[in-house]
Amino acid sequence: MTTTATYQPMTAKEVTRYVLDKQPLFILDVRNEGDYNDWRIEGETIESINVPYFELLEGVEGIMDRIPAEGKVLVVCAKEGSSMFVAEQLAETGRAEVFYLQGGMKAWSEYLEPVKVADLKDGGELYQFVRIGKGCLSYMVISNGEAATIDTLRMTDVFEQFAAEKGATIKHTIDTHLHADHISGGRQLAEKLGATYWLPPKDAGEVTFEYAALNDAEEITVGDTQIKIQAIYSPGHTIGSTSFVVDDRYLLSGDILFVESIGRPDLAGLAEDWVGDLRNTLYNRYKELSEELVVLPAHFGKITELGEGGKVSARLGDLYQNNPGLNIHDEAEFRRAVTENLPQHPNSYQQIRQTNMGKIAPTSDEQREMEIGPNRCAIHDK
Amino acid sequence: MNKDLVVDTKGLACPMPIVKAKKALDGLQSGQVMEVLSTDKGSVNDFQAWVKQTNHELVKHEEEQGVYKFYVRKA
Repeated sequence: MTTTATYQPMTAKEVTRYVLDKQPLFILDVRNEGDYNDWRIEGETIESINVPYFELLEGVEGIMDRIPAEGKVLVVCAKEGSSMFVAEQLAETGRAEVFYLQGGMKAWSEYLEPVKVADLKDGGELYQFVRIGKGCLSYMVISNGEAATIDTLRMTDVFEQFAAEKGATIKHTIDTHLHADHISGGRQLAEKLGATYWLPPKDAGEVTFEYAALNDAEEITVGDTQIKIQAIYSPGHTIGSTSFVVDDRYLLSGDILFVESIGRPDLAGLAEDWVGDLRNTLYNRYKELSEELVVLPAHFGKITELGEGGKVSARLGDLYQNNPGLNIHDEAEFRRAVTENLPQHPNSYQQIRQTNMGKIAPTSDEQREMEIGPNRCAIHDK
Repeated sequence: MNKDLVVDTKGLACPMPIVKAKKALDGLQSGQVMEVLSTDKGSVNDFQAWVKQTNHELVKHEEEQGVYKFYVRKA
């Protein structure tokens, strides 16, 4: 065994375990200050400091007093090169347990953690895929050898592989709306597997490809035991936004309703026009649904929204009690809350929308670059 | 523009563009200008932050066909 100064890679999957299992981890983030303030690895037990790598070219001696004397240190940068450079210097000071984030924040942005939500009737299953670094949530319904994915992310191989492990063929890929914060993998996955790609027609006015029109009250069946996915037209985040009730129990609310916030109506540039729709969906249409439905959104805004095993969900009735976005009784006040003082737009959101319409076709590197940063789809996101 | 030194870091990933630039800058006299060439997109923000922190002057930066050029005057 060697005892020379060494440092090791830590994968995004491993970092996710620290966050979800609430294990302590100290992070030295060596990106520039702007990038760190915009977006970083967070968690209840994650402590991080930011010192750009270009301040450490001469060595790390000057910051050793800011790093805990004991325990693991993870060095993080955008791609990984600078974190290896700094990790090596840390290891040379004689520190043990020095790691760098393999693939950097790019890998963090792309990692998906599959979390089982529930068993459905007749052996069916419902999974949530938590994109922990960016706050996106995708779903897969599996029943009797068939699968449907909802709000599929760009990393389509993850879904393909997962379905294969479950012995299921993906028959449907469904988007609740035209996304503005991330690139949909729904169309690509459907094309590859010969599945049907569903999109609400009101969001598809400018798309350049064929799709199946997802209208209100449409029913999609998965497997021959008929797990039903019922569409509910629920505009407001976009004009086409559609929610689903799966197996009469789970409400997939897309970007309309989140656990601690509600969707913003401004990402297609029509906030004023869509405020009324958003209000009607949240305060009337969803109100008619059973309070017992389990809400499964397409995003989370804060790491505190992650529950057991990383699952993001809440009972609809509880959200009517606790979600601030569902408790603004005055209409004028609601209008102000969802149109004024909104968070920054998601990075590259215009290009992302164009990509999802099929109008531009960026390379995979460009797509990765466009998606860097948090999702910012809720009105309360920072 | 006048330059006293060209540092070519094309094809190199972070942190090498700034590591090389810093080394080169150490050999210059105060007031001399160095041109750094990079193909690393991330270097744009990093160069600005680095130069600011070190009190040198980023005279200008531009992009030409995927190559970023930074002109740094030594303090």
